[in-house]
Amino acid sequence: MTLKIDFEALKTLSPAEIKPIQVLDEQGKVVAPELFPDLSDERLVELFKKMLWSRILDERSTKLNRQGRLGFFAPTAGEEASQIASEFAMQKEDFLLPAYRDVPQLVMHGLPLEKAFLWSRGHVLGNQYPDDLVALPPQIIIGAQYVQAAGVALGLKKKGSPNVAYTYTGDGGTSQGDFYEGINFAGAFQVPAIFVVQNNGYAISVPRTVQTAAKTLAQKGIAAGIPGLQVDGMDALAVYTVMSEARKYSAAGNGPVLIETLTYRFGPHTLSGDDPHRYRTANEENEWLQKDPLIRFRTYLDAKGLWSKEQEEDFTAQVNEEITEAMKKAEQAPKQKISEYLKNVFVETPQALEEQIAKFVAKEEE
Amino acid sequence: MAKTTMIKAINQALEEELKRDKNVLVFGEDVGQNGGVFRATDGLQAKVGKEQVFDTPLAESGIGGLALGLALTGFRPIPEIQFFGFVFEVMDEIAAQISRTHFRLGGTRKMPVTIRAPFGGGVHTPELHSDSLEGLVAQTPGLKVVIPSDPYDAKGLLIAAIRSDDPIVFLEHMKLYRSFKQEVPAEAYTVPLDKAAVKREGHDVTLITYGYMVHESLRAADELAKEGIEAEVVDLRTISPLDEETILASVKRTHRVVLVQEAQRQAGVNGQVAALIAEKGILELEAPIGRVDAPDTPYPFSEAEESWLPNKNDIVTKVKEIVNF
Repeated sequence: MTLKIDFEALKTLSPAEIKPIQVLDEQGKVVAPELFPDLSDERLVELFKKMLWSRILDERSTKLNRQGRLGFFAPTAGEEASQIASEFAMQKEDFLLPAYRDVPQLVMHGLPLEKAFLWSRGHVLGNQYPDDLVALPPQIIIGAQYVQAAGVALGLKKKGSPNVAYTYTGDGGTSQGDFYEGINFAGAFQVPAIFVVQNNGYAISVPRTVQTAAKTLAQKGIAAGIPGLQVDGMDALAVYTVMSEARKYSAAGNGPVLIETLTYRFGPHTLSGDDPHRYRTANEENEWLQKDPLIRFRTYLDAKGLWSKEQEEDFTAQVNEEITEAMKKAEQAPKQKISEYLKNVFVETPQALEEQIAKFVAKEEE
Repeated sequence: MAKTTMIKAINQALEEELKRDKNVLVFGEDVGQNGGVFRATDGLQAKVGKEQVFDTPLAESGIGGLALGLALTGFRPIPEIQFFGFVFEVMDEIAAQISRTHFRLGGTRKMPVTIRAPFGGGVHTPELHSDSLEGLVAQTPGLKVVIPSDPYDAKGLLIAAIRSDDPIVFLEHMKLYRSFKQEVPAEAYTVPLDKAAVKREGHDVTLITYGYMVHESLRAADELAKEGIEAEVVDLRTISPLDEETILASVKRTHRVVLVQEAQRQAGVNGQVAALIAEKGILELEAPIGRVDAPDTPYPFSEAEESWLPNKNDIVTKVKEIVNF
């Protein structure tokens, strides 16, 4: 197996040697041709379109939330390269364990958009996944998905599956015990798991420097004996290369990989009242806005004649239409029944619950 | 049928299920070559191999996450928490994740996990090994919590738990592991997971209990019988959800009830049983509900265990009080 990245060397790398991998610089110029992803022009455009789709979804979700039509929403703008390019490198049969901000990857992985909206609104239909959707709903407890990913990956290994488990957390998640337990278990069992840390600099308001004295989060992999690497999380091509190479390495039986993406959320932590201006400066925000993953990728594609303003306008209209339709569908979902809730607590309902079920069935028939 | 201890019965149940279904997995700290600190998993790795029986790194939350992930990929995990006093380290995975996966996914995925752990006092362990923390998990919707009191039930309940598609917390009282032997069929059999058992019939008072306290209650019943008081002993076996039918039927027969648990007064399941009887059986009662339990302190230092733990005499005293009310 030939790889563009020497993962074995990363297992014992000195923390001082960890540098973010970049393929496209902020001007949209290729700075590391040897790491340019194996993607056709068509696929490159497709990747860009998915990122644009995610940006539009973010804008619309924010509006829908403010109109009271969506519930919980964690903004994603700024993180498109980290989220979408990493998902783009995975396969449909790979097992996705997302965190609450990773709804775009879930939809790309096969979750119907109206179900994503139902999840946000707090409807169980948003979590009733089709059999062929290999994923869990977004995790709320920080880091819990890391230990679960180790378990899923062990299951895949035991079955001789060619697939991998991949999971996301933020920089704050790396302070959790579950982060360490997850990567350590995965390393000890040498399972096909890819752990992505989307380092957007803040755990709500607490900056990365207050989370840890470690210079990078990638180096945390070294203690677990697994390769850890850092990538420019605003550079879709770098994220794609790193993720797809990690996937090849891990799926081939070499064990897990830890990837730290350096990214930024342009908006608040969630739309539930967070005000980033309490803990971030306008200067810092402006600096990161210059690194917008869409701008640099668009510049690159434009220079190659692969993308135009007209295409962008057409596509935007199409996505907006798709979102409107999905929202309509979500709003038509039937009212939830507590009797159904009770029936879904257990596979084999114990006699003690039958009385409660009967009580709610009667109430619901009134 | 051969007579065997509870620990052997548990070992047999695990062996039979491991051999019956290759998707059954036993894992945890020291469960492999060492066979577990109490030898519950003794010899299993040698018999079925390291694919099915394996040691994990020492991290309880990791063990819980492993169980959840393995169940999602088609396995039937039986993780062992070395002592239930360590459950706090894995409480998120048990109470917030495993317990609600079936519910959370709207019934589209199953979580056939059986979490085994030794617990219970009176065996002079260090701190946090003996605590009766079953109330914590019994208060969690989505979990069935099973506590066998003898070898026959232990084997049948454990096999039923492993074959069940629901998550089960299976707690084994350390004092019962080797304290006596009982006839146990060599072959596999199941004991239902939502049924309490009447372990002794009587018409004067019902003792409702579980775990090691079943035995203190049976001893108390023997002593009470000498004085002409016939106590019925109900072994809950599954402490959550409760078998309301059996509890209420017994109260209807005896009209007096004493609830016995090893856990502290504010913990365990006595409170829930008392509420049930107060709600649905109060007109059957001819005396207040009696409670026998441990005092509301953290689990005591081991030299004080004997005076702290409830025992046969406490039960006898409380029963007389209730009968003579």
